[in-house]
Amino acid sequence: MNKVLFFAHLRDAIGGEEFLSIDASGKTVAELKADLTANYNLPKMDTVMTAINEEFASNDEVISDGDIIAFIPPVSGG
Amino acid sequence: MKMFEISKEPIDIQAVIDKVVQREAGAITTFIGTVRELTKGKKTLFLIYEAYEAMAVKKLEQIGAEIEQRWEGSCVAITHRVGRLDITDVAVVIAVSTPHRADAYEANRYAIERIKEIVPIWKKEHWEDGEEWMGNQLETVAYPSGKPEESDMNE
Repeated sequence: MNKVLFFAHLRDAIGGEEFLSIDASGKTVAELKADLTANYNLPKMDTVMTAINEEFASNDEVISDGDIIAFIPPVSGG
Repeated sequence: MKMFEISKEPIDIQAVIDKVVQREAGAITTFIGTVRELTKGKKTLFLIYEAYEAMAVKKLEQIGAEIEQRWEGSCVAITHRVGRLDITDVAVVIAVSTPHRADAYEANRYAIERIKEIVPIWKKEHWEDGEEWMGNQLETVAYPSGKPEESDMNE
């Protein structure tokens, strides 16, 4: 299983949950994004970065069992 | 001593500065980011900052490492606030010490620009007539590969 974290407007879009437990192992980041976009009507996923285990990951990276995935909307700190 | 922190409490500015005091330094620059009331004529009531804390600390550490590599003899400390902030509250404090002053200014500027690129922190603006997560509607930044490109990092 994988813990998939959501922040900012994406968290609002999935109904306020901090994370979802999903079995995403073997999928690429792009495939997971596509699945979630279809299920949750997530807005503007093309501008959203992804982290695997707290490090930025590209869309073609393959997810392993136990990886923590986070979707990172464009940041606005500072 | 934690040089890079996410804080739910108001930031003690002097404590951040004290972390970078070193005998080799001839300068310390401090950047204090504060909550502005007016943005393009629109009045902000307050902000909510949210962070992916574990990763945010790692990315702040990365920025510190980049600075220490680029500006010899530099020392960096950064604290970013999360939670509800009112107008004039301090959102971020960056302290950089270096042997010579020019480097301290440059490196500090670099730190705040990098925070705005790679550190997973978001702000939600609350106005009289609504609220919105910032960064989600500008559409000025897209990441076709899913992560920041090298060129994004060097702007």
